[in-house]
Amino acid sequence: MKVLVPVKRVLDYNVKPRVKADGTGVDLANVKMSMNPFDEIAVEEAIRLKDKGVTEIVVVSIGEQKAQETLRTALAMGADRAILVVSDEKVEPLGVAKLLKAIVDEEKPDLVILGKQAIDDDNNQTGQMLAGLLGVGQATFASKVELTADSVTVTREVDGGSETETLKLPAIVTTDLRLNEPRYASLPNIMKAKSKPMAQKTAADYGVDVAPRLTTLKVVEPAKRSAGIKVADVDELVGKLKAMGVAK
Amino acid sequence: MKTLVWVEHDGATVKDATLAVVTAASQLGEVHLIVAGQGVDAVAAEAAKIAGVGKVHVADDAAYAHALAENVAPLIVQLMGDHDAVLFPATSGGKNIAPRVAALLDVMQISDILSVESEDTFTRPIYAGNAIATVQTKDAKKVITVRGTAFAKAAAEGGSGAVEAVATTGDIGVSTYVGSEIAKSERPELTSAKIIVSGGRALGSGEQFHALIDPLADKLGAGVGASRAAVDAGYAPNDYQVGQTGKIVAPEVYVAVGISGAIQHLAGMKDSKTIIAINKDEDAPIFQVADIGLVGDLFKIVPELTEKL
Repeated sequence: MKVLVPVKRVLDYNVKPRVKADGTGVDLANVKMSMNPFDEIAVEEAIRLKDKGVTEIVVVSIGEQKAQETLRTALAMGADRAILVVSDEKVEPLGVAKLLKAIVDEEKPDLVILGKQAIDDDNNQTGQMLAGLLGVGQATFASKVELTADSVTVTREVDGGSETETLKLPAIVTTDLRLNEPRYASLPNIMKAKSKPMAQKTAADYGVDVAPRLTTLKVVEPAKRSAGIKVADVDELVGKLKAMGVAK
Repeated sequence: MKTLVWVEHDGATVKDATLAVVTAASQLGEVHLIVAGQGVDAVAAEAAKIAGVGKVHVADDAAYAHALAENVAPLIVQLMGDHDAVLFPATSGGKNIAPRVAALLDVMQISDILSVESEDTFTRPIYAGNAIATVQTKDAKKVITVRGTAFAKAAAEGGSGAVEAVATTGDIGVSTYVGSEIAKSERPELTSAKIIVSGGRALGSGEQFHALIDPLADKLGAGVGASRAAVDAGYAPNDYQVGQTGKIVAPEVYVAVGISGAIQHLAGMKDSKTIIAINKDEDAPIFQVADIGLVGDLFKIVPELTEKL
């Protein structure tokens, strides 16, 4: 059984993003980039499914050459081979989903596991779009995945609790935070990952039009909150709450 | 412009999140609703009363009983022949279905909008709310999810939409609903609560979380939330989580107890009207956004506060 895991290179989640003064976007020059945290969870889940009949894990990334580093990280965690679709332009989720569809058509994986959202654009779209394009089942926000030979049963985190669905394979799963705890790549595995195969492609190789549909007119900082006050004790806090009408 | 709004419901009543979406849709043009489900006459009748609603399309079929995206998306695509835009709440239900609809229509979705600038231009948060992007779409049909806290709720009464049955699209047969576990709570729902009391990792255990946070929330008639750290540590259930990857809330008053204020958490609550922070670390980032801060030991402060209220 083959699993495909798309991964994205994003601004590291610990870094506070800085909006460029000219309003064109967020400054990504000389800042730490890492694998999107939800994608790490997706890679980890694919590796854990290796005991359950998964024989090959292919990781894919779409973006600039530097996305190679992200793919090497996934290979060091335990993926078998990688595909990099090089694009200097930013590709929107719809374009990514179309490229992934072309790759799925070629690779024929039984399962595709993606992160539920990338922490840069916060879109939460790609997995659902891919499932729609392929006409297959989707289980978003997964917190538990049980794989059998012809189906996958997924517990999903929904508002108010959880929900369980069974999908026919092939299927699409997107990961939520509590699906698993991703492993760290060990030094020997990082060394080994350097010799694992990585194919380089372009969007044109797949005949996919990735021209953007959205234009970002400007990016600004959110409104700043005005500085607050500190109260000395509970009595003063209760007084404030009463003044606001929150407490009687 | 004719806009369609997907009505989120639990089979019996319309969920609150839908009302804010109707407000956003009304800024684009004529508002129609789609109620999909099984045995949803009562929901459709309730939806028709929402102020400003023109028409309520009803699709009653077992295939829509649990709002499986695989089956609901083709239904909405079918209705998009007559509509220019479709809006969903940015809830777990809306986020699940909307992108599938967008892909089937071959358009780029606009997620989690904060405002409607014009009929093709919207604002939305990126990077955990640390930046606000203004985006313009070139697509003829628009698929949009709406941040509920960014729009006023339309009145639930006063409308008189015409209810109309639509052709159903059936079960595409790739997914089966197995079951769900929905937490029962007497407290106000987090995303619509006026006051929220949230606990963090500093509470130390699930027992202490409930022993300290619950009575304070009850005194204030508040909903209960939690930071990711508290949820990951098992002190509170997953659906309590406030943040970039949990729920986005904007209550009148948000009380953060033992929460340091990581970027991820702030993304979920920094639009609250008044933020109150209780933390023993006076350098905690939460104090940079708090209107009222109290530095001290939460194990002393919270019981005293609960008692004095």
